[in-house]
Parts: sequence; structure tokens; C-alpha cells
Amino acid sequence: MNTQVNEQMRYISLGSKHAFPKHYGKLIRAGEQEIAIFHTSDGQLYALENKSPHPKGGTLTEGIVSGHDLYCPLRDLRINLETGKVYAPDEGQVRVFPLNVKGEEVWLGLE
Amino acid sequence: MTEKRKQLVLIGNGMAGISTIEQILKLTREYDITVFGQEPHPNYNRIMLSYMLEGSKQLEDIILNPISWYEEQGIRLYLGNAVQRIDEGQQIVYAADGTSVPYDELIIATGSKPFILPVPGVEQEGVIGFRDIQDCESMMQASRTVRKAAVIGGGLLGLEAAKGLTQLGMEVTVVHLMEHLMERQLDRVASRMLKLELERQGISFLMGKQTAELLGDGQVSGLKFTDGTELEAQLVVMAAGIVPNKDVAAETNIALGRGIIVDDTMQTSVPHISAVGECCEHRGVCYGLVAPLFEQGQVLAKRLAGVETEPYTGSTVSTKLKISGVDVFSAGIFQEEEHHQVLTRQDDWKQTYKKVLLDQNRIVGAVLYGDVTDAAVMDRAVKKQEIMTDELYGQWFGGSTETAGAGIAVEAMDDSEIVCGCNGVTKGNIVSCIQNEGFTTVDEIKAHTGATRSCGGCKPMVEQILSYVLGENYEQGEQKETICGCTDLSRDEVIAAMKEKQLMHVREVMNVLGWKQEEGCSKCRPALNYYLGMLWPEQHEDEKDSRFVNERLHANIQKDGTFAVVPRMYGGVTTPQELKRIADVAEKYEVKMVKVTGGQRIDLLGVKKEDLPSIWAELDMPSGHAYAKGLRTVKTCVGSMFCRFGTQDSISMGIAMEKRYQGLYMPAKFKMAVNGCPRNCAESGTKDLGIVGNDGGWELYAGGNGGIRLRAADLLCKVKTDEELMEISDAFIQYYRETGKYGERTSDWVERLGLEDIRQAVVEDVTQRKELAARLMIVINQYQDPWREVLDNDELRTGLYEPIQIAIEQ
Repeated sequence: MNTQVNEQMRYISLGSKHAFPKHYGKLIRAGEQEIAIFHTSDGQLYALENKSPHPKGGTLTEGIVSGHDLYCPLRDLRINLETGKVYAPDEGQVRVFPLNVKGEEVWLGLE
Repeated sequence: MTEKRKQLVLIGNGMAGISTIEQILKLTREYDITVFGQEPHPNYNRIMLSYMLEGSKQLEDIILNPISWYEEQGIRLYLGNAVQRIDEGQQIVYAADGTSVPYDELIIATGSKPFILPVPGVEQEGVIGFRDIQDCESMMQASRTVRKAAVIGGGLLGLEAAKGLTQLGMEVTVVHLMEHLMERQLDRVASRMLKLELERQGISFLMGKQTAELLGDGQVSGLKFTDGTELEAQLVVMAAGIVPNKDVAAETNIALGRGIIVDDTMQTSVPHISAVGECCEHRGVCYGLVAPLFEQGQVLAKRLAGVETEPYTGSTVSTKLKISGVDVFSAGIFQEEEHHQVLTRQDDWKQTYKKVLLDQNRIVGAVLYGDVTDAAVMDRAVKKQEIMTDELYGQWFGGSTETAGAGIAVEAMDDSEIVCGCNGVTKGNIVSCIQNEGFTTVDEIKAHTGATRSCGGCKPMVEQILSYVLGENYEQGEQKETICGCTDLSRDEVIAAMKEKQLMHVREVMNVLGWKQEEGCSKCRPALNYYLGMLWPEQHEDEKDSRFVNERLHANIQKDGTFAVVPRMYGGVTTPQELKRIADVAEKYEVKMVKVTGGQRIDLLGVKKEDLPSIWAELDMPSGHAYAKGLRTVKTCVGSMFCRFGTQDSISMGIAMEKRYQGLYMPAKFKMAVNGCPRNCAESGTKDLGIVGNDGGWELYAGGNGGIRLRAADLLCKVKTDEELMEISDAFIQYYRETGKYGERTSDWVERLGLEDIRQAVVEDVTQRKELAARLMIVINQYQDPWREVLDNDELRTGLYEPIQIAIEQ
């Protein structure tokens, strides 16, 4: 496993960008942690903790991707993929992880 | 700004205290707040305990303020730690664990305790109250070993407890001192109807009985009454009333009566100490219901925040019984006296009862049984002692279809009046969020204020407020039903444009028709994908990225992110070999539960997403589409194959139909049944399409629903031959596919189109029937098992199901 350390973050390679199908989320298991990577139609990748901010919890990977927003699969919260913020009238904040794409290779920043 | 913030301490972490704190936080941030709660839980909705007991809600569902709320508000919270002593001179409180906290202002909101009858034997094991989560848990625990339970008290609380215990499988007897139930809220007519209904639901009653002692040898074993008779019970629930919990004030100079005595601003007799909720006594009254708590809390919050307030002058209480399937409401005066005018309507067939009491034409009381639609409006009318009008009479007792009166009622409400009694939301809160936040729907108001979130009884009133504030804008929003907020076009307009412009992809539709949100939303995307598939069965390629998770992954997502797998068992028939494979798979993949579904098949619950394809492969059975807007199951009875009453071979017909219609996508889920005789053991009356066999042929029933809105199916037609049955079924399904709105069940669709229109299209107009059936055949012929498709397609399988594992080096 390739690792690069950068200040507080260490970046771990997730392999090629092609492993992430467009318009969908993909689950990353890193030890105990679950992270969902979303590939938007304009080719951007975003990494969010795979955990709904709804009080009853749930996963996010299986949501519907629209532009840079995600509709969560269990309760239809609308979440901004860039900031992790939930749109009104619901509220909440999903943890966002930094991603670096160098060429074809995707690097995920973990603390 | 080094000035120290004022210290506010709240004793009691329940609804009254926390709603007061919420009100204070809306008005001022000048206090540093500390809360002590005796229970180990954050603030929860005590009035929903009965739902928790009967099992329809979990603890997490009734939490009102999660721990994170206290953190966000900067409130110090001590849980499981009761305040034991107040030093009113030094202004310090002392808690059980020795913690001491000084205060500038102190609020006592310690609620109430169950009234324990002063009879011998009450200290035994198995005797409990019904006030908190621990009581609920004790009852649930007891239900595993105890067979017979007695509830002392036939009031609101006692009946809710009795119903909950019945649901838990116990034999329950309610023991009541008086001759009729809920005598403090209901008159004899309503009380009698209530008792009959509860008896029908399995609860027994002993009326006019006074308990003399509780029998037992340390563990309660029964009750002995003053007339010498006895009743066996291993669990006794004390629900004969509540008493204000004023223990904490006992050794202070705070004036006490039945409760902690407060003035019209909720101030006790000792400066800087207030009390609110069930622990206090105001003008000689101790309240035991939720709505007054919010009214008191509002007044107290304003005083503590230094905001001018009207005095609290008392509350008119109304009651709603929270037992599923039993609707009871009462407000104000319920028992008429000579000077009252009495308006009643009693219907013993429909089991409904309605009574309104007038005092010199003013509405002073109301009782409803069976149908509580008018509860919200009546509650308000009683509180305001409104004058009875022809409009109101028309609304409540018929003879007029005018509903204008309701709008006027909302207009006349004060801003401080409580609309949602469960969450303490006022008319003013709702009006201001409509005006300031631009909300236009009940859902937005629910998310923002909590109104309608709990019991939902105030929804009609919230709708009226919306319509009153928004005027015509609200009406307009209601009239044109667009697909979603991304477009101003309706379903029909979008489908017409798809046809005319030959649009073939979801993205193309959104682009050409000028969608406001470029890539659509979770409402329109699945709808457009369905409509395209319906219009262009041969050309349109299913767009999985526009499908909800369940239809995309062909399994049902569960609340913890695992999935449920339901393989198809045609007509509910399986084989020993299949059952063995299911058992092997369940063991191998350690599924969390194996459950028989309502549709005669087997559900494997708690499956990991990445295991889905392997499980399907090893089951070697087709998908049951338990996740799809499409055909679910065809339920069958045994029929003529085995049943001595069977006149038709319902199993063979059911299997043939299930094989024919499996995998068809429809506007909403679609359930079927085939019965071999009119005894209807497979329950056609609640199915989207139900078939009933008889000696001379088959009957087709349409538009039944056993779900949210119970609806009995309508008889569509009778046929003589199997061929006719199949052709009309084909036509019916295709007509629904072509004309249904995405998400619309047949029960709503039948009512929207009218049964006659459907009968004309699929039965009487033979040409149209054959055309519809022919169009359906195109789709049927394309059917492919979706599980097999995933197994055969590596890209789908790795892309959608498999996670990426990365090792973390420490």
C-alpha cells in the first residue's frame, strides 16, 4: 500500500480513477472507517464519511448523485458533496475527507 | 466582556423543563445553563411511552433532544443524577453524587409520580407505575414470564398501559373504581363505546371494584377487593392517578399544596425559584397533561428572559387517547347539565359518536369517539369558547359542505396559542417561519418546528395556517401537480413531450425540457426513468443511476445499511431442496434473521452488500422483486388441488400469473392474490389485483390496499374462462402502467380515473383490451432475471457491489 505523509494527513492510494463508476458511490473500508467516494458526471471525485448525519444514522454510498449533491438512500436528505452540509429544511454535517487525483491515481487523505 | 453569565439551573430533564429552556434560548443567551435529570436518558416524549410499550416505537424514536442538542446549546447535563437539596439562602443545589451548583435562577420541573394506593402489599415485586422508560422496560421484561396482569385505574394512562400489555401477549384486566371508563374525560355514551371496543381488542374489565390489598409473598400474586373477591395477577400496574413530585422542595420554605405553589408567572414563594409542569400547583390546579406545560413554560421563559408577558391564567385541557385503532377525544366540559344545549350524533353501526356542549351558544365542551377529524378545530373552539355558527354546525353535523369556518378559526387565533401540543409549537412560531423562511409545505414546517412530528393530530390546523398566511399562493401550489420542484411541467406534459420529441434518456429529458436543477432530484429521476421504460420498452435502456438504491441493487436496504434478500417462490410454493439451499445460505453468510414475509415467501435479513451476488448465485433462485415498484407476489390459497372447498386451481393459476408478470416495472408496488373459492383465504380484497375463483369462472377485484390507507378492492368484472382472465389481467396491468403516476398505488389510481373508465378500457372495449395486452407482451418477452444479470456482468458486480479495502498501517 502506497502512503504519502503531508502535515497532519497521510494520503493513501485508492488505485485508478476507473475503479469508481460515474454517477455512483463506492465504499472504501479503511480499518474501522467507512468512506464513500462519489464520482460526479463532470468527472470530479468526492469523499464523505459513509454515515448519514440523521439521528438514526444509515449509510450514504447508495444515494442518488445529482450534480455536486447527493440524495441519501434512507431518508432522502440532500447533501452537498463538496462541503458535506445537509440542505434545509433538514440539517446536519457529513464529515468530508480530502482527495487528491494525480494523473489516474486517486489518493485519500486520512488523519 | 468578562462579566460572568448568569447561572440557570433546571431540576428535571423532562418535557416541561426542556421546553422552557428551548423557549429561553430563543429569547436570550444571557444564561449559563445546567440541567439535572434523574433518568439516564435525554429529554424524551413522555406522552409516547404507550407507543413504546406496544412496540410501535423504539426509545430512539421518542427522544426529543438528543445528547448532541445539549452539547450544541452549551448546556451542562447531569444524567441519572437527581438534585436532593436546595439551599435557598446560598442559592446552591446539591445533587445525589455530591455535585453542587450555584444558581441565579432555579427552575423546578420534577414532574409527577404515580399515585400508589395505600393498601397492604404494594411494596412487593411486580408492582409498578407507568411513568417512565424504566417502567416500560420493566413491563416488557415481565411480559416474558408473566401471563396475567392487572392495571389499577381505567383512566387515560391505565388504558394505554393495558393495551400495551395486551400487545406484549399478557392477559390483562383493568380494575376501575368507577362504573365507567375515563369518567373524567368522557360521558357515558363514549365511555361505553370505548369499553366495547377495548373488550373486542382482548382487554377485560372489572368495574366498580375497590382494591383492598395486594396478595403475594414478596412477589405479587393477585388483588383482593373490598367485596371479598380476588383476581390473579403476577404484574400489577398502578395507574390510578399521578401526584406532583415536590420532594426536592420539601425541606425549603417554598410554599407547598398538592404541588409546588406558583403564581401567574410560575414564580414560587421563594425568590429566584420557579416551577413548571406537573410538579406545580397553579390557582389550585395540578395538571397532568402535556399542553398546559408548554403554555406555562412560555410564560416562565419570557419572564426569565426579561420579555413582557401576559400572565398564565390556567388551561382548558383536552385529551386524546393514544391507542392504535381507538380514537377518542374530549375537551372542556363533557358532561351536560341542565343549562347546556347538547348537540349529538351517535352511530352504533360505524361506531362513531360526536357531542358538542353549548352554554348560551358558546362552545364549552366536546367529545368525539371513532372519528376525531374535527378534534383540532373543536379543541380550539372550546378553548376560546367560540360562538356556535351555522358554518361550524354544517362542518360537524352535516347539512353543509362549507369549510370556510375553519379558515376563520385560524385567523382568530392568538400567536401564542399552541397548535402542536406534542412539541409545544405555537401559531406564532408557524406563521413566522412561513413568513421569514419562505416555507410553503407542512413538511418544511415539520422539519423546522417539530409541529406534526409526533402524533400528527395538528396537521389539519397547520395546513389551515399555511393557507391563511399564503392565501392564494398556497392554493396555487396545490393545484398544479408538477413532477417535482425541478420543473413546472406535470406528468402528462412530460410524457407528451417525451413522445413528441422522441426523448430516450433521463438526461435528455431534463436538458430539453429545461429542468431547473440540471441533473434532477430524487423525485424526478426515478419517475422519468420509469416513464421512459414504459414508453419505449424496446429502445430505452434502464438508467440505474436514476433508480433508488433498492431497484438499483435489487435488494432492500435496511436501516443499518445491510440488505434483505427475498427469492421468488411462485405462488408461495417451495420445495424441500429450495428450503435446504436457503438454510445453507443463511448459515454460511450469517444472515441476522430469517423471516417469513406477508407475501408467502422467505426474507433473509441483515446481508452485507458485497455478499449479495454470491448469495444469489448459491440460492439459485430468481429475484422476488421485494424491493421493486412492480409485481411483488401472487398470494394463493391451496385451492382445488388439496382443499375440500376449492372450486378452482388457484395455485396453478397463481404460479402462471406470477411467472407472467414477474419483473414488470409499474408506477408503484403491485400485489396480487388468486383464490380457489369465495372464502377468499388469500385475501383478494386488499390486493391491487385480486382473483377469486368460483364454480363457473373467475371474479377480478381491483384497487385494494391493506397498507397506509385501507381500501377494499372493487369488483372489476366476472369471466368464464382462464384465457379471458389472463387477457383482462394483462390489459389491466398495462393500463395502470401507462396511465398511473409514478408512486401512485392502484387504490389511488382507481379512484382518480374511476372504476368505469378502467372497466371500459380493459373489459368492455375489446379492441383496446387486446392492444393493451399486446403492448404488455412486448415487455413480458424481454424479462430477464436481474440477479442473473448481475452475476453475468462483471462490471456491474464489481462496480456496484464490491467495496475497496485498504489496509491502514499504524
